[in-house]
Amino acid sequence: MSENEPRTYDQAVYAVSDEENEPLLSEKRSETVESEGVLPDDLTRDDLTLPNPEEPELARHYTRLSQMNWSIESGPYPLGSCTMKYNPPVTEDVAADPNAAVHPDRSASSVQGTLGLLAGLQDYLARIGGMDAVTLQPPAGAAGEFTGIAVARAYHRANGEDRSEVLIPSSAHGTNFATAALAGYDVVELPSGEDGRVDMEALEAAVSSDTAALMLTNPNTVGLFERDIEEIADVVHDAGGLLYYDGANLNALLGRARPGDMGFDIMHYNVHKTFATPHGGGGPGAGPVGVVEELEPYLPNPRIEETESGYEFGESEDAIERVHGFQGNWLVLVKAYAYIARLGDSGLADASAKAVLNANYLAEQVDLEVPYGPFHHEFAATAGDAAAADVAKRMLDFGVHPPTTNWPEMVPEAMLTEPTEIESKQSLDELAAAFDAALGSTDEERHDAPSRTTAKRIDQTSAARDPRLSWQALEE
Amino acid sequence: MSGSPYAPHTDAETAAMLDAVGAADEAALFDIPEPVAFDGEFGIEPRSEQELRREMADLLGRNDDLTEFLGRGHYEHYVPSVVDSLSSRSEFLTSYTQYQPEITQGFLQALFEYQSMLVELTGLGIANCSMYDAATALGEAALLADRVRSVDGEVVLVPENLREGKRSVLANYVDGSDLRIETYPIENGTADVDALDDAVGEDTVFVYAETPTVRGCIEPNLAEIGEIADAEGAMFCLGSDPVALSILEEPASVGADVVVGEAGVLGLPAAYGMGLGLFACDEEFLRQVPGRLVGASEDADGTRAYTLTLQTREQHIRKQRATSNICTNQAWVALRAAMHAAYLGADGLVGLAEDCVTLARDLAADIDDVTGLQAPVDDRHHFREFVVGTDQPAQAIADDLEEEGFAVHVIGDHRLQVCITDANAHAADDLVAAFEEVAA
Repeated sequence: MSENEPRTYDQAVYAVSDEENEPLLSEKRSETVESEGVLPDDLTRDDLTLPNPEEPELARHYTRLSQMNWSIESGPYPLGSCTMKYNPPVTEDVAADPNAAVHPDRSASSVQGTLGLLAGLQDYLARIGGMDAVTLQPPAGAAGEFTGIAVARAYHRANGEDRSEVLIPSSAHGTNFATAALAGYDVVELPSGEDGRVDMEALEAAVSSDTAALMLTNPNTVGLFERDIEEIADVVHDAGGLLYYDGANLNALLGRARPGDMGFDIMHYNVHKTFATPHGGGGPGAGPVGVVEELEPYLPNPRIEETESGYEFGESEDAIERVHGFQGNWLVLVKAYAYIARLGDSGLADASAKAVLNANYLAEQVDLEVPYGPFHHEFAATAGDAAAADVAKRMLDFGVHPPTTNWPEMVPEAMLTEPTEIESKQSLDELAAAFDAALGSTDEERHDAPSRTTAKRIDQTSAARDPRLSWQALEE
Repeated sequence: MSGSPYAPHTDAETAAMLDAVGAADEAALFDIPEPVAFDGEFGIEPRSEQELRREMADLLGRNDDLTEFLGRGHYEHYVPSVVDSLSSRSEFLTSYTQYQPEITQGFLQALFEYQSMLVELTGLGIANCSMYDAATALGEAALLADRVRSVDGEVVLVPENLREGKRSVLANYVDGSDLRIETYPIENGTADVDALDDAVGEDTVFVYAETPTVRGCIEPNLAEIGEIADAEGAMFCLGSDPVALSILEEPASVGADVVVGEAGVLGLPAAYGMGLGLFACDEEFLRQVPGRLVGASEDADGTRAYTLTLQTREQHIRKQRATSNICTNQAWVALRAAMHAAYLGADGLVGLAEDCVTLARDLAADIDDVTGLQAPVDDRHHFREFVVGTDQPAQAIADDLEEEGFAVHVIGDHRLQVCITDANAHAADDLVAAFEEVAA
């Protein structure tokens, strides 16, 4: 393979006929069963029909499905803002410890190991974020945002204030907007300045005594560090608002800067991004929230407290209501603890250093225009005259997963690329070759892509226009 | 050791890359103003894999080795090895949301099958491909009612003995809306239907009931509850789980508009409360449903293919007008639940559910024979769990049981709750013997 030729890639395809890939379980063998005898008829259903494969069939079905799926071990997965990095198997092994499998209603005295691990993770996260207190309850980043905004609301209410607005830069993740709305706030969208950062004039015009919080990602979604962060913090704080840090891009800062030092009052951590717990095809994640001392009383109950006799559950009278029925996504938290412990100070700092180096190197290698800069761990290139979505489909033929496309909106035909620290120089060279080959393809080649994947281009419009969301709907 | 063990760069490569980008060193790449730069240390020592394994085993080994007879919303059934093995394949475990469907057909099909199984179990038209847990699914359901119901009401009606964790999460979810939570009474472990009828009025937008209830009782009046809700135009939301639904009344047949609950009863071991929120609803709410949906479509060759669909409801497109802020969900747990359900099949699932009835019935009878104990307290059919009345203070009995190696719930001064499934049934006789030691 020459340096500028991307490799091509065939994804596993399984078919029982020319028209069909791996059949649905329901198409293999189903069975109808009636329950008899253990309950009166008026409490039971008539019957139940479900697939009934034997174990070897089941094993083959899901093995085939797995081979029709892209993962971080399959190849580069540079989805911008998603931080898809290698998930070391050792964290899976330690989370599979039978002692980790306990019920959430156990007495505190009987689960000192579990509580000790949680307390340890809280401590690690507080140190990494420069925060004073952490809750591990939120089961995902968006749930962390919700927790953080609820904490802000509780704080303002405790001060006798009913602030109605949350400020969010236009480039922010959609979850920020949805979270603020879910919490009952009016969203005030801040335009980005010409340099891709927060426009200070727009911020000063928007901030007021109605401002409950500003939600900010730093570095932001095009990888730019908000260099005016101290001034931003002053403007928000002077108006009585709180500064919220969206932890989506924390991988760019480990050991180099801490949200707490920048003036942020509340932050969430995406442990499934920064600390390499597996994303599992879209979850589970975990979204711990850190706060400064003044806000600690508002974190949701129960809090884990260390006493002379061991770890106990503490309750705060001022706590917000809960964000999860129990203690959050425990198994994810075990893996996060293990990952942080494996890397330690030096590994965490190196992860950020290599992530930033990789992004800068890749941006240098591709033939795409990359506006703004200097950037950290991710960059938003523009596909120019080509449609970013089509370039992405063409990249699928070259053995890589494409970047996030058409977002953030501040870059036309954006291709938001985040290689993370795990790609080698050669891997980045191949990724750049895939970019360039896709960009250099003809419109027709892009339109017909992908051609080497399990499915060819999928018709999204008909999926939405005629929703068929179950195998029952397929039979209609 | 220095550096991340998962960054593959050699020193020579790092140097070449720095040269290519024109930076003297890595520090020069960081565009961070000096006043906010961090040059301290976290004080976290890196561990080798071996050290990490030993440390974690030592740490978690501090948990007492108790046989758990605990339930109340978090249940353990035996998860077959094949589920662990297949779900741990890295192609599933380390993938992300299926933003490029052509290259993620495997996961999309698995989620489509998960949705389909919930449609079969609930009889409702659609199911999403996961919420965080039963509590957050309930919160989302109440907000769905707020969006779609034409009635002007703002009252969300829940049972007075709703588990505190669920009540609290629900309160958080409705805090940003005009909704407010009220409760209806419980009698003998299930809904007091007459009182519920009185409580439902024109200001009621949402009526929530559970089967089995938090006390393990099978709710006998679901159809009636559904009619009461419907008469006022309120949404009827039923809380349950896929194992129970395999034999209990089909939610659609009792008038449920939405089913929420804990689907992690399949596929998840005891995981300190980690869950899988089940969310199914009538097709009429399609465009207001929270969460992700996988739909069937066709590819350019006309072959059936799957894709995330109706994403215009979702936060990454609709921003503050989205139906929910959920992004990362519990997809991998849903995959495991689907695998577990497929492993059991209809036959195995119904058999497991029947065991949940008979094991509880038999254990309650054995406990009732113990001097100083009465079980079940509620004169109802039970599923997995039941309440035990105690002559002695319940907390003292539970503490003594813990000394004997067993964990049970304390739910009142003279009330315990005990949960039995296939996972702890082997120790049922030992539990009864321990009760005999400590309860009289």
